[in-house]
Amino acid sequence: MLKKHLFPLIFLFVTLFSNRIIAQPADDLLSLVGEDKPKKEFVKNAFKSTKVINGHSMEFLSAGTMDFRILHRFGLLDQGYKNFFGLDQASMRMAFDFGLLPNLMAGIGRSTYKKEVDGFIKYAPIRQATGTKGLPLTIAIVSGMTWNTAPWPDPTIHNYNTSRLAYYFQGIFGRKFSESLSLQLSPTLLHRNIVALNTTPNDEYSIGFAGRYKVTKRMAITWDYFYRINGREKNVTFDPISIGIDIETGGHVFQLHVSNCVGMNERAFLDETTSNWLKGGIRFGFNLSRVFQLKSHNE
Amino acid sequence: MNKFLLFLFAISLSSLLHAQDKFFTKTGKVYFDATAPKSPEKITAVNKSATCVLDTKTGNMQFSLLMKGFEFERALMQEHFNENYAESTKFPKSEFKGNIAENANVNYTKDGVYVVKVKGQLTLHGETKEVETSGTVSVKGGSISLAATFTINLEEYKVNVPTVVGDKVSKTAKITVDCALEPLKK
Repeated sequence: MLKKHLFPLIFLFVTLFSNRIIAQPADDLLSLVGEDKPKKEFVKNAFKSTKVINGHSMEFLSAGTMDFRILHRFGLLDQGYKNFFGLDQASMRMAFDFGLLPNLMAGIGRSTYKKEVDGFIKYAPIRQATGTKGLPLTIAIVSGMTWNTAPWPDPTIHNYNTSRLAYYFQGIFGRKFSESLSLQLSPTLLHRNIVALNTTPNDEYSIGFAGRYKVTKRMAITWDYFYRINGREKNVTFDPISIGIDIETGGHVFQLHVSNCVGMNERAFLDETTSNWLKGGIRFGFNLSRVFQLKSHNE
Repeated sequence: MNKFLLFLFAISLSSLLHAQDKFFTKTGKVYFDATAPKSPEKITAVNKSATCVLDTKTGNMQFSLLMKGFEFERALMQEHFNENYAESTKFPKSEFKGNIAENANVNYTKDGVYVVKVKGQLTLHGETKEVETSGTVSVKGGSISLAATFTINLEEYKVNVPTVVGDKVSKTAKITVDCALEPLKK
């Protein structure tokens, strides 16, 4: 008898039980539709700007935006009140950077220093992301070029136009470790078509160490250092070291810093940083970044 | 015996049919507007992937959305929203758990638009506060639409609007909800 009714009984219990689950005025209605799986999401805002201070950061502009950048590097701080601590002399660079894709950007700029025009393309084949299949770091590559447009130092000799050019290639390995801390490493190759001395190599290798630490939501401490492996001329050129703060207001990012370099493109600050931190050779400078939306964001 | 089985089957089937009182969507729209009165630019966003479940029997409703799902017209604004205001990495979700007062007045089987009062708890930026608003329940051809607009005080949710941007970003945000629900099949 029992055996005969076992199946219907189980059936009854199962249906009643399942019915109870469904009919229960579940406290958590949302659980009925199921939780969304954590999606792969690219990590943003590792840096407030696409440049740490001098060097490129692992950050990209959003697609369809333009970043108008105004950079200033002043004279040496130790010039005292006579030159208002260096502020009387300003070297300037103006630049327009464009976000083409979420992981592709390009920019063009011009510096007063050596009347140099520079351009670059930056692309990230790998971007740091969260969720399943998310990779823990961003790998970006930068290819840039500088073009010196100043008059020839010696017009009496035969000058080649190619002598005005220099190129740089850089890899950026960066990771946003937490909301506040981001670090990156950037091996760099700088090639100059012409160098002043025949003892100076045309190819200069260096490695950049940079990072930022967010102090408040809108303020961060940044640092940017390039260790040059070859091509140094002792007591003539030095490794560029910069320390600064990023301040973000509504639409602007102000990057205020002290540094030992005047140059604002890779060739200039890697090759021609002639003042020494240890001997007080520091100067004040700032980068101002204003981002404009060129194309509607949600298309 | 066969009759008994059939009887059981009928019972279970009827109970399943009877349970058809929950409606849901995963593509609900929630609009956000924190434009200050004299602001030159609009501080508005829309989230098109809000989840909403409504229990028509009890009038209980729950909403959930991902803060990063808010889309702004300007990329930088969206970044700032997530980074500086909503702190979306720290507080990824916003939820509302509420109830339709006088749910009995709404006839979910008859087409029509019913004005209702909704009361509940809104969790945003890690803070939970009581919210009360009036909205509409529209029934049409077996599907239900919910719509409501209410204003929240950002300070109550510990979202700080600095004075520098005070001329653009309002201290209050207007939230507009627009969800078309379908029967929840289990």
